[in-house]
Formats: sequence, structure tokens, C-alpha cells
Amino acid sequence: MNPVSVQPRKARLVVVGNGMAGIRAVEELLKMAPDLYEITIFGDEPHPNYNRILLTPVLAGEMALEETILNPLDWYAEHGITLHTGSRVAMIDRVKRRVVTEDGRVAPYDRLLLATGAAAAIAPIPGNDLPGVVSYRDMADVAALIRDSGLGGEAVVIGGGLLGLEVAHGLRARGMGVTVVHRRAWPLDKQLDARGGALLQRAMEARGVRFLLGKESAAVLGDTRVRGLRFTDGGEIPTDVLVMTIGIKPRIELAQAAGLQCETGILVNDTLQTYDPRIYAVGECVQHRGQTYGLVAPLFEQAKVAANHLAEYGRMRYQGSVTSTKLKVTGIELFSAGDFMGGDHCEEVTLLDGGQGVYKKVILRENRVVGGLLYGDTGIGPWLFQLMRDGTDVSAFRDTLVFGETHLGDSGHAGESQAARLADGAEICGCNGVSKGSIVKAIREQGLFTLEEVRKCTKASASCGSCTGLVEQLLASTLGGFYDSTPKKKALCGCTDLSHQEVRDAILEEKLLSVRQAFAYLDWRHPGGCATCRPAVNYYIRTAWPAEGVDDAQSRFINERAHANIQRDGTYSVVPRIYGGVTSPAELKRIAEVAERHHVPMVKFTGGQRLDLLGVKKEDLPRIWAELDMPSGHAYGKALRTVKSCVGTEFCRFGVQDSTRLAIELERGLERMWAPHKVKLAASGCPRNCAESTIKDFGVIGVDSGWELYVGGNGGMKVRAADLLCKVKTHEEVLEVAKAFLQMYREDAQYLERTAPWVERVGLDSIKAVVVNDLESRRQLAARMDFALSQEKDPWAEAISGRLDIHAAPLRRIPA
Amino acid sequence: MEWLALGSIEEIPALGGRYVETPQGQIALLRNEKDEIFAVRNRCPHRGGPLSEGFVSGHTVFCPLHNWQIDLEKGEAMAPDHGCVKTFPVRIEDQQVWLGLEEEAP
Repeated sequence: MNPVSVQPRKARLVVVGNGMAGIRAVEELLKMAPDLYEITIFGDEPHPNYNRILLTPVLAGEMALEETILNPLDWYAEHGITLHTGSRVAMIDRVKRRVVTEDGRVAPYDRLLLATGAAAAIAPIPGNDLPGVVSYRDMADVAALIRDSGLGGEAVVIGGGLLGLEVAHGLRARGMGVTVVHRRAWPLDKQLDARGGALLQRAMEARGVRFLLGKESAAVLGDTRVRGLRFTDGGEIPTDVLVMTIGIKPRIELAQAAGLQCETGILVNDTLQTYDPRIYAVGECVQHRGQTYGLVAPLFEQAKVAANHLAEYGRMRYQGSVTSTKLKVTGIELFSAGDFMGGDHCEEVTLLDGGQGVYKKVILRENRVVGGLLYGDTGIGPWLFQLMRDGTDVSAFRDTLVFGETHLGDSGHAGESQAARLADGAEICGCNGVSKGSIVKAIREQGLFTLEEVRKCTKASASCGSCTGLVEQLLASTLGGFYDSTPKKKALCGCTDLSHQEVRDAILEEKLLSVRQAFAYLDWRHPGGCATCRPAVNYYIRTAWPAEGVDDAQSRFINERAHANIQRDGTYSVVPRIYGGVTSPAELKRIAEVAERHHVPMVKFTGGQRLDLLGVKKEDLPRIWAELDMPSGHAYGKALRTVKSCVGTEFCRFGVQDSTRLAIELERGLERMWAPHKVKLAASGCPRNCAESTIKDFGVIGVDSGWELYVGGNGGMKVRAADLLCKVKTHEEVLEVAKAFLQMYREDAQYLERTAPWVERVGLDSIKAVVVNDLESRRQLAARMDFALSQEKDPWAEAISGRLDIHAAPLRRIPA
Repeated sequence: MEWLALGSIEEIPALGGRYVETPQGQIALLRNEKDEIFAVRNRCPHRGGPLSEGFVSGHTVFCPLHNWQIDLEKGEAMAPDHGCVKTFPVRIEDQQVWLGLEEEAP
């Protein structure tokens, strides 16, 4: 008799499918619960997990198979995973909970993950099994094609979709004559309309690829090997190789035989469970809410959710993906998303430049982007897709829509929005000095798929973020047709899967009053969080609970903890508050004396009309503050900075309003306001606008009858002219609208989102509705602002009196 | 090795740091959520940022200047960055923090 084992055994997870979706799910699972399962993986290909996106570079001879491996055999071993390659699972026994392979292996499971992917569809015509007829789906197909193309001669590709065109390109690069046969009137009809298709066809023909369009295949000709193709109209074409790329079909046979419900794919719910709750499925084999997906980003989203449930967190739901394809076929730029054909209740905005080979078409419904296609110049693709996903009202910039965001004034990179056209040495990320070449190399060699991964691996766009669009373009052009911009939901940071909004909602609903409490309640992966989430969560807590919420100094950036701006050499700068920029000889003398006494290395005016004492040691800060005897200017914070002003009626001969007085009132009314990002104001006394109010977060311009109020302007990284919010008569109204607008921004914008992108995201009309038209909601917003400000004290005065410790001095001085 | 008493662990803010002036320059003392204390030279290998002012989480400090992440156990910058920072031994007895300093090479 065998002794009964009392050793608690680990749960067993069996994964059927060793491809990108299945392995991604395993990777996500290992991140969350590294020791929960004993994992066994079956894959019917002989390779470890490779990057299927790179089949075409391998076919075209630009890369070797080894370079496409994502998880080498060592990876499986390191994680204690049992891997069976070249082993096909023949049946699932749901009663005994085990799988059996064709070669007789048996593996019991507690949880089963199906990631069987999809197979190439083969046209049901006579002769489709002749040697020389191949599909284009895996490394074996590529190997066969490379072998056959070595013979030279002619190739016919049936199917003028994305894969078909890529194969045609690859075979052409290998020196074969290539003809693409397509049943529709133009190639890529799932991504392009007739006009775009014609442009594409012309460009491919210029590269030596021939097209036979509107042709239905009837039979493969040949006895021992393919020698031609006959069409339904009786015509024939000779060929040495025949590639079928007419589509893919989810591999559901195994699931079907096991009695799991299937339609086109294996049916799964929002937690990626099949009909049998012990069996999960992810990837191209699944059908979720009627949709199947072939792009990599949706598969990865599914993998993440499935892993979350396998890890017994049970928190996330998959709610489907919005996808776009941006493809690069033989150097041809192409992007399409959503409904690109248009029709009833839709409007089209188009631009066609046949000479340059540029075609752009955007489909609008009720002034919102519902789809579009871009050919020849796809620079605005990611932006357009963002507008589509966010449902942004584009009425304000419809006339320049097809020129893209750059037209509205882009950053220092304006005019360089064509990432694909740049040389390899071109600098993409100015902050971290990352070139295009090193980004592309990292995407290929490290197998990166998302913006986050590129940031982590190369640092590109990880600092100021102004090159994010360029990096997204490089991802798109390097990954080709498999790239689906960003996943729908962005996690706040790597410490959680929750989005900014979800964290915010939880703080409000569960009354979470400190960063520590929030991290614990929301199952943060690292109890200490990171440099991204700590300041964000601390801000959300202080905004939601201005009185009770704990302001955690260790969750503040150094500047906001030291109440001074850290400089490159570790010294600090001191900017005292000078309301409206109006000072006095006595105050100036005092500032000068303090600067002299402490040998302050530089005294300078800031961009916001204030005085800056630069090069101060941290130890000296409290004494300098005390001697200045002025409040903090908050020049260091995600907070109200200054209210810039012009002279106005008091002295200026053109002035029509007292802008200096209003600037002082605004600065006194809003000082000590923390915000998602820095907030700059300006007040100009006449339409000459000397205070530059139209590039400020909130700007006012005096006119004869009162004040025009502008919002969402920016003069920094990305210039944006402010939008006119409304016109009011009195200073009191200006103050109330300013408070209401900024309070709405504080409560709604994501941490580190300036007013300019926020206004664009939520739309000016939705702001007007709450801040201008509804007087009661305006009053309430302003009241909430006043309450929040009443909880804040001047940090310099607090430090001088000893109530606030900024740890100015070293902990100890150890003498020699 | 000379062991120097620095004071109570409570003088170092949790998830943050302080620094001490020594004959060998500034040394950052960083405290994580488990009340472990790490001591490293107070200069980020990137541009010399004061690590004592960074965010601490687990075994990582995030430099306040450009967000480099430094592994406090190994004293090495985490990928994709390269660089290292000298680490020093720390002992905690009865809530008192002790820093170990080697005699400086002559």
C-alpha cells in the first residue's frame, strides 16, 4: 500500500499553446503569484516562444530565427516550468481533469489555460494539398518559403490582405517574381477604401509586385507539385510556389471536442473563463463579446486579466479592445482604425494629394472621430486614434484635423512628426539622448510591444514625455500590422493594475485617508510604491479629503518636501511670493541684503516676473526664509505659481482695466493651491495682452466692458493658445470663475496633466456647462476650493516656527 | 572598521532618507517600509543627485534629479541605466543606527 502523502501539493496549471498570448499570461501570473502553480506548457511547434510579428523580417532575410526568440529555454527552466515542445494536445478530459497528447503524455490540471491561437485558412479548392502550396503562419511556413524561394521563379499569393502583402514583399526581396491574387477590387479592402487601395497598388507595383484583382480561385494546377492556378473565369496563371493568406481561423477543435462552447472562437466571459470555470482561454482562439482579435495588444490585455484571476486576485475584467492597425508594408505608411468607409449619419474629412501619394480620410459622427485611414503620411495616426477612443469633440479644430496635432503647434519637435523618415542617428528623446536607431533596435531585440516597455528599456519619452508621439510611431512602424497603439486602460504605474480614475474613485468611496492605507487597501504590489504612484496618490487623497487626508511628506517630490527647487548641483532656489509682481523699495532692499549676507550665487528674475535666489544650500533655507520674512512663492510645486501682470489703468496710457489689482487679488485668492501640475495665471489690462494671458492655464484680458477669461493655454513644452471661456464684468466674478475652473481641474485631471491637454480631453463645452452656465455648480466648486485652501498654511512660516521639519541639516556630522 | 552611532531610527523618515557628513563625504541613510536601513554614498552615479532626498521603496531608491533607480543592496543602477554607488554596512541595535566606516586608505 502506498503511504498517503500529506505534503500539500501546489495547484497544477497546464497551458496548451506556447505562443505569445499563452506565455504572456504565464509571465503576468509569475509576476503576481510566482509560487502558486506547478506549470506545464505544451506547444506543437519545436521552438520556445518566439515573436510571431517578426515572421516577415525573417522571410525577407533581415533577421534570423534566433533573434525572434522571446523566451529562451533557460527562462522556462529558471521558473520551474515543464515545457513540451513539438507535442500536440489531442484531448481534454474534463471529468478526470487532465490533457492527453498525441504522443501519449498525460498531464493532470487544476486549472487549464487554452492559448491555441489560430491557423491559416486554406481555400477549399482542388489541389490545395499539393507540394508547393504553403500558408504563412509560423516558422515552419517561413522555412518552407525560404527553401522554395531559393529556387527563384514565380510565386502567387492568394489574398491581398496585410499578411499577403507582407509575404509578397518578402518573396520579392528574395528575388522571386510575385503576383498577388485578390477577390476584391482593391488590396487591403479591410483597411482601405477604393482610393487608398489604388494608391497602395500603384506603390506596390512600383516595387515589382503584380496584382490580379477581382479574381476568384477555382483550382490549383499540377500533378506532383503546384505548377499554376486556375480562376473561376477560366483564366490561368503559372507558378512555382502558391501561398495562401486568405485569413486565419481560431483553433477551437480541441475545445469543441471537450464540449466547451464555441462559435467562431472559444467563448469566454469577462474573466476569460470558458464554459468550464476551471478552463481559461486567451489569444486568437477566443471569442469575447462576439469579437475575435488578431492583434497583439488585445491579446496581452486578455493575458493580464486571465493571469489576475489565475493568481486568485479576482479583480480585473476584460471588456474588449478598440483596435487600430498601423501597418508598414514594404516601406509604405498606412494606418486605419474604426469605421473608415463612412455612410449614413457620418461626415468625411478628406485630403488627397496624388502627386505625393498622400491620402487622409477621417470619419466623423456628431463631431466625434469614429474612424479614419491614413495613407502615405500616418504621423497623426496615434493622435487620431486617441481622439477616437476618448470620443473628443473635434468641432473646434475640424478644419485642421487632417494636419494633425502638429498643426496646432507641437513641441520643439514640430516638423519632425514623421518618425519613419528620420535617420537612425536622429535624436528622438531630447531629455535622455535616445536615438531612433537605439529605440528600433530595442523594440526588435528585446521584443517590446508597448510604450511602457520602451520607456523602461530605453528611457525614451520617460522624462518630459514630449516625444511620446514619436516613440509610438516608431513602435507602430517597427511592429507593423500587429501594433495596436496603447491598451485601452492605462494602469497608474507598475505597482498596480488600476487606472488613475479607479484609484481616485476608491479613495473617495472608501474614504482612504493616507497613501499607506490606499496602498494596503488596493493591494499594491510594492508596499512602498514608487516615484510615480506616491505623489499621485498623495495628491488624490489631499484633493478628495482636504481636511482629514494625511499629506505624506515622503510622497512629495523633493521640491515640495523642501519647499524649494532642487538644482542640478543639489543646491536649491528660493522664490518668495510677490503678489501680482508688485514690490517696494523696502522689500527689494531686504531681499538684496539677505542675498548679500548669504553670498547667494545668483539673483535672477523668473519667467513669471518674480525674483529667484539661486544656489542656496538646504541647510541655509530656513534662515533665509526667516530673514526674508515673506511667504513662499510655491515656484517649486505642482501648485499655483505666479499671476503675471501688466501695468494696467493705474499708469499705462492704453490700459482699460486695473490688471495689477486683479492680479494681486487672484494671487491672494489662490495662493497655496496644490494642483495636478503647475498652474500659471496672467492678467492683462487691455487687448494688447502684454502679460501673455493667452498662453496661461487661466488668463484674463481687460476689455472696455469687463474681462475676457481664457483657459487651457500653454507656452511651455507644447504651445497652445488658450480658449475663450467667457466674458464677465467684475473682479468678483473673475475670481469665482477662476476658482471654479481650477477646482474642476483639480478634481478631474490626472496627476501631472496640465490644463491644456485636460481642456482638450474633456472639451471646452463640458467645462462651460459647469463653470459658466450653471451658477450654482460654479458657486459650489468655488466653495470647495476655498475650503481646501483654508486647510493650507504657508510652509515657510511653518518651517520657521518649527512646526514643519524639512530636515535641512545633516543627521550627524562626523569629524575626521 | 569603525562603528559610529548615528541616533535613533526614528530620525530617518520611513520611505525616505537623511544624510551624514563624514570625512569620506556625504553618506545617505535610507529607510524602507520594513524599517531596514541602507547606507550609500550620497551621490547618484548619473549626475550626482542627493540620494538621501529620493523615494525609497523595498530595496530601491529613486534619485530625485532624474529618477534613476538604484538597487540599495548591490549599490548598482537598475537597467537600462549603468553605474554604481558605494554601499556601507549598517547595524541596528535597540532602535539605534550604527554606520560602519573603513579606515580611509592612506
